[in-house]
Amino acid sequence: MFLKEYISDITGAVGSLLKGMRRTGYYFLHRGEAITQQYPDNRDHMGLPERFRGEVVMPHNEQNEHRCTGCTACELACPNGTIKVVTKFEVNAEGKRKKAVDRFIYHLELCTMCNLCIEACPTDAIKMAQHFEHSVYDRSQLTKILNRPESKLQDGVE
Amino acid sequence: MWSFAALADLIHEELNAQLDPSWVLAVEMILVGLSAIGLFALLGLVLVLMERKVSAFMQIRLGPNRVGPAGLLQTLADTLKLLVKEGITPNGVDRLMFNGAPFIAMIAAMLLLAPIAFARDFQIWDLNIGVLYVSAVSSLNVIAILMAGWSSNNKYSLLGAMRSGAQIVSYELSAGLSVLTIVVLAGSLQMSEIVASQADGWWVFKGHVPALLAFVIFLIAATAETNRAPFDLSEAESELTAGFHTEYSGMKFALFFLAEYINVFIVCAIGATLFLGGWMPLHIGHWAGFNQVMDWIPSSIWFFGKTFFLIFVIMWFRWTFPRLRIDQLLDLEWKYLLPIGMVNILLVTAVAILGWHF
Amino acid sequence: MVEEIGTTEQGDLIINVGPQHPATHGVLHLVITLNGETVKKVEPHLGYIHRSIEKMCESLSYRQFIYSTSRMDYLSSHINNHGCALAVEKALQLEVPGRAQVIRVLMDELTRIASHVLWWGAMAMDIGAFTPFFHAFREREMINDIMEETCGARLTMNYMVPGGVMFDLHPNFYGRVKAFIRQFHKKLPEYDELVTGNTIFRSRTRGVGVLSKEDAISYGCSGPTARASGVDCDIRKLFPYEGYGKLQFEQPLATEGDTYDRYMVRMHEMRQSLSILEQLIDNIPEGDFQAKTKAVLKLPKGEFYSRVETARGEFGVYIVSEGGTTPYRIKYRSPGFSNLSALDHVVRGQKIGDLVAIMGSFDLVIPDIDR
Repeated sequence: MFLKEYISDITGAVGSLLKGMRRTGYYFLHRGEAITQQYPDNRDHMGLPERFRGEVVMPHNEQNEHRCTGCTACELACPNGTIKVVTKFEVNAEGKRKKAVDRFIYHLELCTMCNLCIEACPTDAIKMAQHFEHSVYDRSQLTKILNRPESKLQDGVE
Repeated sequence: MWSFAALADLIHEELNAQLDPSWVLAVEMILVGLSAIGLFALLGLVLVLMERKVSAFMQIRLGPNRVGPAGLLQTLADTLKLLVKEGITPNGVDRLMFNGAPFIAMIAAMLLLAPIAFARDFQIWDLNIGVLYVSAVSSLNVIAILMAGWSSNNKYSLLGAMRSGAQIVSYELSAGLSVLTIVVLAGSLQMSEIVASQADGWWVFKGHVPALLAFVIFLIAATAETNRAPFDLSEAESELTAGFHTEYSGMKFALFFLAEYINVFIVCAIGATLFLGGWMPLHIGHWAGFNQVMDWIPSSIWFFGKTFFLIFVIMWFRWTFPRLRIDQLLDLEWKYLLPIGMVNILLVTAVAILGWHF
Repeated sequence: MVEEIGTTEQGDLIINVGPQHPATHGVLHLVITLNGETVKKVEPHLGYIHRSIEKMCESLSYRQFIYSTSRMDYLSSHINNHGCALAVEKALQLEVPGRAQVIRVLMDELTRIASHVLWWGAMAMDIGAFTPFFHAFREREMINDIMEETCGARLTMNYMVPGGVMFDLHPNFYGRVKAFIRQFHKKLPEYDELVTGNTIFRSRTRGVGVLSKEDAISYGCSGPTARASGVDCDIRKLFPYEGYGKLQFEQPLATEGDTYDRYMVRMHEMRQSLSILEQLIDNIPEGDFQAKTKAVLKLPKGEFYSRVETARGEFGVYIVSEGGTTPYRIKYRSPGFSNLSALDHVVRGQKIGDLVAIMGSFDLVIPDIDR
């Protein structure tokens, strides 16, 4: 009986090993199953989903106008001080002094892409871009001013 | 027909025409040494690339494909990297042993090249005790590993070396016993005669079950002796970081690495010679027509084809199986392989005496 | 008497495994005392990845503090976020819309599968098989793609907000999840072929690192680690949240408590999560994905505790509120910490190779242990 157990032990073990080898052998022969993405080569057709959070940007239209009113809701919503909104007062057409954004400072190096600022923004002035290749040689280059120079508030955005 | 043997004869004749016999011997020895080193370098490059490609294919990856066409030059780039890397000798190591170990590993691997028949009548040294020589020299490798592990002054290295010592010493037995079955069948220890005895069929086919069993045991023991997964306990990455070569870097590490692959090649070459007929083409009994067709394929292609097939099988093992634990490793040897091997050699002796093999 | 560095008086070897070691999956530092190959003692040292998340959370508002929990157990970040959101909702007595609940459960179970799949590969790698790791990533990648499309990120999603989820499901979600279910049904048997049935794997894990039921309870183990020892501790069953009570699923239990059982419990859990996905994917109710909440959340004065079942065990969030917009004190109960505490007890007398296998079966995520 001992011998029988001994032999069935061995055959079972060898069988289980062969099963595993059949599986790896299958993948060795079926090259089409490879799932490697050749990253820098497929950059052009990678197609990141539109919700992917790469960095915060402020879209401007053709007239160099943005939608940011300088309300600092995003700054308050940010959990780690990534956004700093510097405001100024502008005199509008009716001669009224009105708060406007001077510099929208965004620290990409601090950002955790939590999306809370975008949720907080009442005027949809900022959004997440799909750009994700952020590496630079100097950390200071990661501090960005999102509103373009000479840009203005879009008409009708309160 | 063009062949390695003809080439060797040509060189021999040319040299004899130019120089006197003692100089011929010296020049030929240098030539053999150079070609052995060249073969080593080439094998290292090819085997490392092969391992990386095989592992990648089994792991549904692509493998190296950037350097050169289809990544063929990848290992060359790796070698260049290792060559220019600093070879660090840590403080507190036993310098002589630490620096000497990689060379011993390399030399032990090189010595094994001598009795291997690469093609028809093409062999460095047709020793009349070729098989015995191989078994004796192949155990030298453990000395290099023990030296490296002991001298590194690192506990991981020490553990790895001790594991390796226990492992190689035990698996030497099964490897020896399985080799012995073929010696019994062929009736000779000489490599060329063992190959010649397979002119009407390879031993793995001719020798019935015992030869097949011996072949399987040989494969397992060979994998264990070359310290490859699932028996890679001496360098067990997830347990001992890198085992006995944890402290090695640069070219000294590369030598260990190369020696490992050369050992794989040599062990597979010996397996191919003993069980699969070496350079002997696939012959079936006395089917003259069939045998003639097979003879058209050059003998070196037969030899390297068989060897690389065995290497592929060993790589297949590595990329499929988990690693054994040290006590299970020894269990496998002492409780399974060794008793089976012993029974097997009795069987094969009976087969040989009664002449039951084909 | 001069003691040689790194050995004890009995001549045992003391080895530092980690903080950089292939087996510790991060910056866990184990000081192990070895007698030959046999482990005599294991002493985990923590603190290499301490970021004081609990203290940080005290200065963040109730909307903001959720994101930081993704950085604890990064493999089940959704479920951590879920626990925090639940605590806030409990305090505010906020009703979460039915659609949001289902979305949350779907995401939790996808996360659980993704985490277990990665664990499967990592454990096989600990035991010495490299190939499963890459095969595991094939399925994990599909889940990551689903997450990326709907939540906008692959690892630290921050998708759960108090009162629901941040976005509605992406239109592609249904198709992708169904494709994943099909694929996973096909690939799970392959997992068994490669690892579960393998005789080397079995002999490496069976009877190794036995954690008895009593010990599992007294060390406070939870999740699959405790369930392998027969402790009935699935929060989804015991304290159902988000409609888990209405779902049909089993809580896999084992009795031996060895490494193999911990492995099998996780393998079964993947199948159970898959069945939950199948039950829910065609029955997502219409409606809001987020309840109406105020812009600034103020919790009433008091103490609030919520718990969820992450891939590793019970994750608890304990909030002490003084009635303001930020918590007075937050305490997270992370499953990995308690599970790690049982390691020394389990490992004693085993071999080094077993230590690695046992650590693999405990499924430790270091940032979860060391917050």
